[in-house]
Amino acid sequence: MQVTTQAVGKRYPPLSYLVGREKIREYASAVGETNQLHHDLEAARRAGYADLVAPPMFAVVYAGRAVALAMFDPDVGLDYSLLVHVSQEFEWGPLVVAGDEVMTVTTVAEISERAGRGFYVFRTDSTNQRGECVCSGIWTEMVREAP
Amino acid sequence: MKRGDTIELRVTPDRYVTDRYAGASGDFNPIHIDDELARQVGLPGRILHGLWTMAQLARAHTDAAGGPEKLKRLTVQFRSVGVPREEVVVTATVREANDVTVVDSQAVQSGRRIIRHGVAELRR
Repeated sequence: MQVTTQAVGKRYPPLSYLVGREKIREYASAVGETNQLHHDLEAARRAGYADLVAPPMFAVVYAGRAVALAMFDPDVGLDYSLLVHVSQEFEWGPLVVAGDEVMTVTTVAEISERAGRGFYVFRTDSTNQRGECVCSGIWTEMVREAP
Repeated sequence: MKRGDTIELRVTPDRYVTDRYAGASGDFNPIHIDDELARQVGLPGRILHGLWTMAQLARAHTDAAGGPEKLKRLTVQFRSVGVPREEVVVTATVREANDVTVVDSQAVQSGRRIIRHGVAELRR
């Protein structure tokens, strides 16, 4: 396959995500989280949090929407149906709680071709309403050859 | 946690887990929810979201470490594809326990490593 590298370095406008209680519960249930900090408001408040706590991997919800801007960008030009997630890295700061407004900036870090496959590396940087970095992510995707 | 300690988590995703995870995460790539399309692109049928499996590693660590605030970093490589209705076994071993605790992990399904080279850093 031919990759186009014109989008390397491209940075997308910040995407805002308002974290909701029920979204945290829905996400926590979908991944089997049983810690009551993610389900029970009183338990979260007793533990000193302002509201229901998002599991760390909830980053896929607020940052996933932002990285999708890059993955669906025609300038990046990847074939979604042949996409394989190769690796993922997250680093977390303070926990996100319901009511937080998280802003995520996505950057196209790298596009390359190896052995007929296209490799795409995206970076996301997410900050809360106090300007604290709550999560940074490195998303590495590969586009397979068509079967 | 001290050096050499191990963590294990076993979970069997049911046949609808990818539908629920698609809704929860916003990742509606049809390879996770449409068996027919998945086969057309050379997969055995709908496959697990890699990030769902990564979330199993994450909760194995946060449950063992005492809460979500302990997880500072997690990095994984997705290897072979995961499928619904087969048990996923997450295993992890504490590599070092100094200022930060470093834990190596993987996820295996029916003998296939679906995640390898998992590395987590946990806050004390």
